Amino acid sequence: MVVAPDRPTGRIEITDLGVAFSRDDRRVEAVRRFTLMTTPGEFVALLGPSGCGKTTVLNAVAGFVQPTVGRVVVDGEPVREPGADRGVVFQQHSLFPWKTVLANVEFGLKMRGIGPTERSAQARSYLNLVGLAGFERAYPGELSGGMQQRVGIARVLVNRPRVMLMDEPFGAVDAQTRLAMQELLLGVWREVKTTVLFVTHDIDEAIFLADRVAVMTARPGQIRDLMPVKLPRPRPAEVITTPEFMALKARVLAQVREESGRAWVEPRP
Amino acid sequence: MATAQLVRATAARAAAAAPLGLTSWRRPALRALSIGLFLLAWHAATLWDLDFYVRFQNIPSPGDVLAEAIELFSSWSFYGHILASLERIWLGFAIATVLGVALGLLIGWFAFAEDTLLPPIELFRPIPAVAWVPISIMLWPTERSSIVFITTLGAFFPIVLNTIHGVEGIDRQLVRAATSLGAGRAAIFREVVLPGALPSIVTGLSVGMGVSWICLISAEMISGQFGVGYFTWVAYGIVKYAQIVVGMLTIGVLGMLSSLVVRLVGARCMPWLPRREKDGA
Ligand SMILES: Nc1ncnc2c1ncn2[C@@H]1O[C@H](COP(=O)(O)OP(=O)(O)OP(=O)(O)O)[C@@H](O)[C@H]1O
Ligand SMILES: [Mg+2]
Repeated sequence: MVVAPDRPTGRIEITDLGVAFSRDDRRVEAVRRFTLMTTPGEFVALLGPSGCGKTTVLNAVAGFVQPTVGRVVVDGEPVREPGADRGVVFQQHSLFPWKTVLANVEFGLKMRGIGPTERSAQARSYLNLVGLAGFERAYPGELSGGMQQRVGIARVLVNRPRVMLMDEPFGAVDAQTRLAMQELLLGVWREVKTTVLFVTHDIDEAIFLADRVAVMTARPGQIRDLMPVKLPRPRPAEVITTPEFMALKARVLAQVREESGRAWVEPRP
Repeated sequence: MATAQLVRATAARAAAAAPLGLTSWRRPALRALSIGLFLLAWHAATLWDLDFYVRFQNIPSPGDVLAEAIELFSSWSFYGHILASLERIWLGFAIATVLGVALGLLIGWFAFAEDTLLPPIELFRPIPAVAWVPISIMLWPTERSSIVFITTLGAFFPIVLNTIHGVEGIDRQLVRAATSLGAGRAAIFREVVLPGALPSIVTGLSVGMGVSWICLISAEMISGQFGVGYFTWVAYGIVKYAQIVVGMLTIGVLGMLSSLVVRLVGARCMPWLPRREKDGA
């Protein structure tokens, strides 16, 4: 059984975030004055030209990188380090190859000190949720890319995170599978109702999934525009052919085009 | 389960794609023929006392060796030599494994350990373990302990270096994944670093096992009063040439069996690695 938390949590507050790296004695500003608030249980997609700092924003929320300036707060607590309350689904190859599918999903529960019987039962219910019942004893190397990503989602959700951070999670799967994965993700998200911050290059994907679509500027990235997606849920796959969808897509596309152009043309500071 | 089984079954079918009736007996037959030809050549060379720069006059024939082997293996003293060598190998190898893996994990993972522990290892590494024999005899009180020391030394370097290599090759994304699933420092070491380095560690153990046999036999030949290496060297001194070859073959078989044990145990510990199959197998 998958139980949603009594009170939805997962309010992300990113205020004036700036992250700079030093590389070969040069300062590279990845993100500058990035501000984004989510409501609990919201699905926000992050779009932007390549190298604009999307991953960096996600990493700051995950606690993998420290802000140079600004604040990242989740449910009132400033982010200091990585933790199970902020789960991360990576683009690919992030399952532990030496653990079975079941052991991968059980990992977070094991870290919390939950006993073997209980954690197996919980992990199985989440595997069920992502449609992988029966694959418990397989190793990640025996699964297709799409199946591995589903295990990655189950492994995060079993921890009941406040937020799930997804960095182009379907970027490496083929187009057919990607569509099925998107529908599966929406189904799962309806059950668990956690906040999702979803980075993608795919405009259709962003609009199909999200409550709001954020478009970032070229590096150093900040929010250029934040657009609500007013398509009703549950959304059938055909929603992408409706005029509302098309109109929004045209708007987002124009912005992404412009920023991508700037990312190519402007000399990097 | 269905798809996982499918993946495995497909792989198996691809491997078995070669025409079955032919390959099933052909390769074993070829191998047996190859060994048969070698024995025949050896027999011929000793039969005619071949002398073309390499001299076969004193070399025992396969038949002599077989007769000697039967005799040796029906007396207890030869088993004593074998047991002595095996004890030294496993003792030395076990010590080298514990030390090499522990130090390798530390050096690979912690910069401080790398700075403090690696320099002396790098300093001694180029010295072949056999060159340590005189010092080892002076250093250790008994023949047994000094030979075990040489054996340990031989296995230690490949093990520690491969362990370091394995730890350094661990995918940082897996470490990040573990921390974002709630793993602390100890858990990361246990759940990510150790299994992540395991394939490389097993490679190190396999190489280390081979090197420690070389070191053991050399040390026994130089300074031993017991062991298969000592036995082989003494056989030369007392002009029992067939015994030399029995000693050599025994060393070869023991070395092969030890490596097999290491590889089997290694494969056992890493069930996630796919088994490789060759074309035309
Ligand atoms: N650890 C780091 N050290 C130095 N520079 C970095 C580091 N991480 C990111 N950067 C730089 O910061 C900028 C933003 O990187 P980031 O990975 O966040 O972009 P992105 O939007 O995720 O790109 P992509 O769409 O290609 O995934 C890039 O110019 C990148 O080279
Ligand atoms: Mg990225």
